[in-house]
Amino acid sequence: MRTLIFRTAAPYLTALMLLLSIFVLLRGHNEPGGGFIGGLIAVSAFAIHGIAFGVHQVRRTMYFHPMAISGFGLLLAVLAGLVSLPAGAPLLTGLWVSPTVGGITLDLSTVLLFDIGVYLVVVGSITSIALALEGREEP
Amino acid sequence: MMLEPVAAADWLVVAPVVIGIACGAVLLMFRHHLRWQAVFSIFGLCAMTAANAALFARVLAEGPISMTMGNWLPPFGITFAADALGSGFALVATFVAVACTIYSLCEIGAVGRRYGFYPFLMLMMAGINGAFLTGDIFNLYVWFEVFLIASFGLMILGSEKQQIDGATKYAILNLLATAFFLSATAYLYGVLGTLNMADIARKVDGLRPTAPMMTIASLYLLAFGMKAAAFPLYFWLPASYHTPRNVTGALFGGLLTKIGIYALLRTLVMMFPTERLELSGVIAVVAVATMILGALGALAQSDIRRMMGFLVISGVGVMLAGLALGDANGISGAIFYAVHSMLAMSALYLLAGTMKDFGGSYSLNHLAGLYRLSPALTALALVLFLAAAGLPPGSGLWPKIILTKASIDVGSPWLAGAILVSGLLTTIALGRVFALAFWRDSAGDGVHRKPTEHSVVPAYGSLIMLTVPIVVLGVHPEPFIRVADIAAAGLLDSGAYLRAVFPIAGGG
Repeated sequence: MRTLIFRTAAPYLTALMLLLSIFVLLRGHNEPGGGFIGGLIAVSAFAIHGIAFGVHQVRRTMYFHPMAISGFGLLLAVLAGLVSLPAGAPLLTGLWVSPTVGGITLDLSTVLLFDIGVYLVVVGSITSIALALEGREEP
Repeated sequence: MMLEPVAAADWLVVAPVVIGIACGAVLLMFRHHLRWQAVFSIFGLCAMTAANAALFARVLAEGPISMTMGNWLPPFGITFAADALGSGFALVATFVAVACTIYSLCEIGAVGRRYGFYPFLMLMMAGINGAFLTGDIFNLYVWFEVFLIASFGLMILGSEKQQIDGATKYAILNLLATAFFLSATAYLYGVLGTLNMADIARKVDGLRPTAPMMTIASLYLLAFGMKAAAFPLYFWLPASYHTPRNVTGALFGGLLTKIGIYALLRTLVMMFPTERLELSGVIAVVAVATMILGALGALAQSDIRRMMGFLVISGVGVMLAGLALGDANGISGAIFYAVHSMLAMSALYLLAGTMKDFGGSYSLNHLAGLYRLSPALTALALVLFLAAAGLPPGSGLWPKIILTKASIDVGSPWLAGAILVSGLLTTIALGRVFALAFWRDSAGDGVHRKPTEHSVVPAYGSLIMLTVPIVVLGVHPEPFIRVADIAAAGLLDSGAYLRAVFPIAGGG
């Protein structure tokens, strides 16, 4: 698949799809979307990048090992659950703060943090599977 | 919401699981820092043990405690509920995992660490603790999946051909059992409209005339019986448990089948007592077949690790005998035996690994002269063999006495006879190991080698760590029998458990 057209288009596609995946992640709370589907879109972006430029290039672009990203996502999800400890609520209670930054009210919540954790778990684990299928992992 | 704030102490219910997942996540992030993986795991498991010990102490002092996730009210939110049974099992399981992790220092090398032994271990322990502590039947299914997936990873660590072979059987049959579990849960939800265990326990009486509770209870018996390696569905266990690393075998043989037993106790005794009474004849036959065939299988083996697999099965039969009896003494004996089995079976697998380190083989045809090579190991082995066979001073004696007496009391002497015969067969099987591997003089000295200090210290450390509680349970059993009685009473009369989950409704 290393045609000139594909290799020229791939970086733009990858960037666009990563952007879309973050958009889908953020709109997920009240509308269709969320961490899981957003993560899958991001994985497709990395897979396209891998098909065009090779697995090694994707690993360099991601910088962190995909499994490490997965682990960080899991840790974020646990932390999102633990925020309710000082608040005196049971584990995984959804807690909200709405700070105003520059005139815009941001609705931040532990739910969002948890969803970002899910996103990273999906990105890490499925990317490592995809990369393992595209080419053997160098030791 | 108008709920009272949750006291920090109530967080103990979820602490073991949270610690397990968080440590697993951190280990996954630093997968290539090979040296710190083991240290961090031991640290994390010690924290889990401490949390479980605090939880267990609190449950014994104040009765069951619960927490429902996300500030939803039960039965809608996912409830974690710890009673004496669940938290006691979780405590022993985590303690065994600490000992196994110490043993892993000498067995899991750089390759195993790079392939993620320690993250898998922590996530499996999180799953096991979740299974023991959850109060929601669908959530129980989720924790089964969590520890199953982690156990697949542990089982194929090393990627040898026979490991893949064993893991395939293990995976397919366990997934099949999980599918039965899930279908039973789906039926249950269709009938009762609830998945909360306490809610099921209080609603099931009213629906019994119309609902197909017998079908559901039988499906649970089938699913968890398969998980626990009960006759006739135990063949996956001897086909797979001798293939992975010894530390993995110890964790699996010690802990995983006991989760099946725990789930059987929780569903059949607490949720469906009437159906358990109807099924008790079937369970008794299964129990007898499991313990006799397991012990006979152990007699037939010359590979010590395969033999341990059959001994695990035989022990499952003894616990099922307690379930078949179903009265306070029977359940209490089954619980005590499960605790004994977690400690003793793990120790036996670790012992098998250490014997291989000294004698150079797992086969009884080649092992010889270990007594001369290491008297200390021989002493440990003798205590462990006596415990596993149910002889003093080991921990296996008392639960077998309780179960034998309970069987005679309810008028089924054949069940008592089966327990004693399986004990005799186990004694012969393990006596054979002792006579051949330890007492017999070695013919040639080609295979023998002194293991390095590096590998001996963790092995002895972990074996002693498991043998000490086994002996304590054996020589001073009264407080532990009392605790097992409390746990059994909590299952048979679930009032306190229901009140812990539904404080306002007062357990209906």
